Amino acid sequence: MRPSFSAFFSGLLFAVGLGLSGMTDPANVLGFLDIAGDWDYRLAFVMGGAIAVHATLRPLIRRRAKPLFAAAFPSSHASRVDAKLVAGAAVFGVGWGLGGYCPGPALTSFATGAVPLLIFVPAMFAGMYLVQWGQARTREKAERPGLGITPST
Amino acid sequence: MNSDILAPLLGGALIGLSASLLLLSHGRVAGISGVVGSLLMPVRGDVSWRLQFFGGLLAGGLLLVWLRPQSFAAPSSLSLGGVAMLVGAGLLVGVGSRLGNGCTSGHGVCGISRGSLRSIVATLTFMATGVLTVYVVRHVL
Repeated sequence: MRPSFSAFFSGLLFAVGLGLSGMTDPANVLGFLDIAGDWDYRLAFVMGGAIAVHATLRPLIRRRAKPLFAAAFPSSHASRVDAKLVAGAAVFGVGWGLGGYCPGPALTSFATGAVPLLIFVPAMFAGMYLVQWGQARTREKAERPGLGITPST
Repeated sequence: MNSDILAPLLGGALIGLSASLLLLSHGRVAGISGVVGSLLMPVRGDVSWRLQFFGGLLAGGLLLVWLRPQSFAAPSSLSLGGVAMLVGAGLLVGVGSRLGNGCTSGHGVCGISRGSLRSIVATLTFMATGVLTVYVVRHVL
């Protein structure tokens, strides 16, 4: 498999998996989150199925010295639980519960061209950009302390 | 097996397979918010695989529109309040997923598969606030 093909195929597989699983219909997602109402438990099996497969294959893949088309696996992942992680996840959950869309299903559904997605997806990108812009600014100030006037937040 | 859970289980397995393929080929975590969000501030040499994955997601969406249109919500009219709600939801999902370094896929699937404490905490947190939000919207307001 050529490298140019595999990331595309991975994205395609991801989208088809989301569609088949029911994740692309926000009614299912909201029904899953509505544990106080007529709880729709089905989507729990999406995460279960995904974790079962990935948790099985991941250790086998990581036995390799390096990925097929990259120089190395990422050396390590952040391990500390901090306020930023919890705050971000909390905010994300509120947005997820309001619209019934998380990023993967939203982008997959964007292909339908339906109006709700034409509104949700640009707003999502705007939110992402806002955070990344803020983080880049903070990093810049940290790297050039002499030029920063305001304390970093 | 109960046919109710067969499709979710199979779809989930495909998602796990997709994440495994991306790890095998590029050594990357299939967290959608990270893969796609980083395209907004592209870093040289780290763009092509992200674009391909993004393209694959959209192509998969088109494939579903063609072969399995019932995967998506039926079209319905949208009120002004509905528009405002979608803008708010989109902003919160975008801000939260980048601030918390991941979303349902990166934390909920990849991170938990790795046994990452950060991802377990993040997943429990967004599940809790998601449940709480739906509760308030459906049963309180």
